[in-house]
Amino acid sequence: MRSGVVIFPGSNCDRDMIVALRKITGKTPIKIWHKEYDIPNLDLIVIPGGFTFGDYLRCGALAARSPVITSIKNHISRGGTVLGVCNGFQILIEAKILPGSLIRNKKLLFTCRETTLEVQNCMKNPFLSGLKIGECLKIPVAHNEGNYFAPEDSLKQLKEEGRIALKYIKQNDNEKNYNPNGSTEDIAGILSNNGKVLGMMPHPERAINYLQGGTDGLKFLTNCVEQIIG
Amino acid sequence: MEPQSELLKINKNEYLAQQKSKLEDALDMGLTKNEYNLICEKIDKIPNITELGIFSAMFSEHCSYKSSKKWLKTLPTEASHVIQGPGENAGVIDIGENLAAVFKIESHNHPSFIEPYQGSATGVGGILRDVFTMGARPIALMNALRFGSPDQPLTKHLVSGVVRGIGGYGNCIGIPTVGGETNFDKSYDGNILVNAMAVGLAKKDRIFYSAATGAGNPVIYVGAKTGRDGIHGATMASAEFTENSTEKRPTVQVGDPFTGKLLLEACLELMNTDAVLSIQDMGAAGLTSSSVEMASKGSLGMNLNLDLVPTREDKMTSYEIMLSESQERMLMILKPGSEEKAKSIFDKWDLDFANIGEVTNTGRLILTKHGFEACNLPLEPLVEDAPEYNKPYEIKTDKKVLKPTDLKTNLTIFDILKIIFKNPNIASKKWIWEQYDSSVMGDTIFANGISDASIVKIHGTEKKESYGKGLAITTDCTPRYVKSDPIIGGMQAVCEAARNIASSGAIPLAITNNLNFGNPDKKNVMGEIVGSIKGISEAASFLGTPIVSGNVSLYNETNGKSILPTPVIGMVGTIDKVENSLEISAKLENVLIALGQSDNFESGWVGCSIYQEIINKKYDGAPPPINLDNEKQVIEILLKLTEQKLLTAAHDISDGGLLTTVCEMLFKYNLGLDINLPDNLINCDNNDPLLQSWCFGEDQARVIIGTKNVKKVQVILKENNVDFFVLGKTNSTSNLNLKDITTISISNLSKLNENTIPAMMGMKQQG
Repeated sequence: MRSGVVIFPGSNCDRDMIVALRKITGKTPIKIWHKEYDIPNLDLIVIPGGFTFGDYLRCGALAARSPVITSIKNHISRGGTVLGVCNGFQILIEAKILPGSLIRNKKLLFTCRETTLEVQNCMKNPFLSGLKIGECLKIPVAHNEGNYFAPEDSLKQLKEEGRIALKYIKQNDNEKNYNPNGSTEDIAGILSNNGKVLGMMPHPERAINYLQGGTDGLKFLTNCVEQIIG
Repeated sequence: MEPQSELLKINKNEYLAQQKSKLEDALDMGLTKNEYNLICEKIDKIPNITELGIFSAMFSEHCSYKSSKKWLKTLPTEASHVIQGPGENAGVIDIGENLAAVFKIESHNHPSFIEPYQGSATGVGGILRDVFTMGARPIALMNALRFGSPDQPLTKHLVSGVVRGIGGYGNCIGIPTVGGETNFDKSYDGNILVNAMAVGLAKKDRIFYSAATGAGNPVIYVGAKTGRDGIHGATMASAEFTENSTEKRPTVQVGDPFTGKLLLEACLELMNTDAVLSIQDMGAAGLTSSSVEMASKGSLGMNLNLDLVPTREDKMTSYEIMLSESQERMLMILKPGSEEKAKSIFDKWDLDFANIGEVTNTGRLILTKHGFEACNLPLEPLVEDAPEYNKPYEIKTDKKVLKPTDLKTNLTIFDILKIIFKNPNIASKKWIWEQYDSSVMGDTIFANGISDASIVKIHGTEKKESYGKGLAITTDCTPRYVKSDPIIGGMQAVCEAARNIASSGAIPLAITNNLNFGNPDKKNVMGEIVGSIKGISEAASFLGTPIVSGNVSLYNETNGKSILPTPVIGMVGTIDKVENSLEISAKLENVLIALGQSDNFESGWVGCSIYQEIINKKYDGAPPPINLDNEKQVIEILLKLTEQKLLTAAHDISDGGLLTTVCEMLFKYNLGLDINLPDNLINCDNNDPLLQSWCFGEDQARVIIGTKNVKKVQVILKENNVDFFVLGKTNSTSNLNLKDITTISISNLSKLNENTIPAMMGMKQQG
């Protein structure tokens, strides 16, 4: 599989994502610098987490105006697959590739912790199709602005089209803070209208070995790779 | 050269900066009359304002360590694994596999009190630059924080700001903050402590140093532009506070972690080439200390054209440019001819790159501005003649030994445990830790109290049979012990750090220290400095953990009231296989054993303990004694047991004593324990002083381990003559039973433990 990881000034999870993808595919993903207009044909482009341009404007807003975004949009229009994680998700939203917005966490604090995600009953897509609906994944989050918000009509449309892919879920009835950021309807990740683009706040690349919070991230990414290469 | 009147037309302020100084100017800049006279004599002229500013920065306590130097020289700094000791940007130790760990701790106390967010953020930024200046990629951040009384209104604001600032910088630059310590005491009400530590990783043969080389080589300025922020920050950090200190806000620097990240990547990329001959970050006293230190370490000189320095504002004067503490800047000497290649890297990262001068062999620092000579100073007096004071001192120690029976109370053991876990000094710091990204870079094994030391895997050391090698990091200090007995307190900080490293399964290797004290002109404060350095030295040389870097922060006083003496020890160790590292949390149906120094585990040391404070509402008496042989024995036995994979948990006994430690080990999996008591205590009343001292005494050199192989462990402990006491086997009841004396609900205490800090910060209780 040919994959690429986009690097903006201020990206900081690029190496982690490269390590994870190399572990799964045995091949090192190419690095795509944000100033590049021409990128080769790739099976998967990942926009990793970080603080692109310091997030000094709205998170992802400056990165969404980089030259590479044009190439990514072309890749998407050719039916290409894109995964945006954390700041990558924020960039996809700022680039209007995905709808809605990601606002400050409800408690107004940066939050780094483990979360439990539930795979939703959603449209066909290359990220979750190999996993069971209702399956739970333990994957950590680390962000300041992960509180997903969309107007009601837009939310309704997302639901009707089966584009809500991942939700934070309680592990027991007493758990009150299972949603780390106050996102609408516990949304953790959403799909584009063709199902080929997934934006998610949790970091699957940080859950790839037993010593470090488990391997559910590895399971998730391995499934993506398997679905994409068929 | 044009007449000075021309300069007056071009830039009036620069004209003023180049005028001869007066004694009053020197006093304004924090110099003494004697120091001013010494300067005039040594340079054989009356310095102009810019020159005087440069002297005042170099002679400040922050840069010259004039009060502490005499004693710092006595610290043990050598060992076979030390590659670079104190004196460089950071210390460097050999960790095997051709790799080196590069680390340092530094304070940003005064700025953080004035402006908590920016003060702490730039503290993190500054310490990161110290590490990557040496050619190392930073892989972990730690901190040691001290705040005032939790019920003082300002405390909440300061905690919130400092925590956001530390997270704001570390999270953005993408280096995990993996742990540290946060404590509260009223002595820090007007003077908080923010000590940040960074650890980096470099190839052993690719370490970069700061000494300038080769007359004629270009001097390059890279990074952010120079602004008017932080001018004279080093001088501000070397003065006491008064009520008006918040008026000093303009002397606080502003952090830009995004530019910090670009500078980090650009510098490391450039260091991969052969272009860099020497490099130094512009930290305290900015361009002044970097140029002076680089030139003087190389026994050379430097000519700089300040018109070429990238500035944020127009018409900055030589004085402002030399004393600005704008962040995210570096000075380097490049190999001639490599400028173009180097510039292309900085262009890629959109950073300034300016050739501002050259190395000379004159031994002088010569600066020009608008074509006029703004400074012409011999370097030697700036560095060599910085005063070194032998200030009078008195080491005061409290020798009174408190007996358990001196403390009488009606409180039950459960009551006391509840009070302990409601104390923010002991309670879980989860509320703080969750605001730090502890898992970015993908190598964090244990962060934030999961283990006694934080464990970070060394990237690229993974092998077929192992997850790889790891670094263990901790920061420690128990200021109330140092107050009672500076020597014992200094020793204890080192021993607890080493014990924490060993409890995580790693070998303690070396220290970076941050000595935070009050005004050294007071005999007793100077005594605290001298005493704790003595204690640190004795313990560090005994345990083979030399001091390789450090920082001193004095004048931590407000309106004449000094902070508790706080010599923070940051320690680094290594573990060969990270999968062997140990959590503090006990597992179900494992046996807990207390081991180490004891008086047969029959009672406990109550002087200066958390328990004493609960009963007496104060700390006094002698702190628990330190026996270095016992400390070493405990470390060695922990390493032996870890290597044989016989342990499932380990937690050192510190604040709150044995029973507090047991509770902390039971919290995570909500376990219970029927705890064994020594024979002499079995029939005691709940509030019996001897029993309570056994529960809460803070005797040192003790660790509680968890094991599935109790027999084998006991054999090894006996073979090695290690004292131990079997506490019992964990069960699933979530009740801690002390025979028929009392039953303690672990889940109840666990809730208190989790809720204390959020409640203090005015957050809703967590479910």
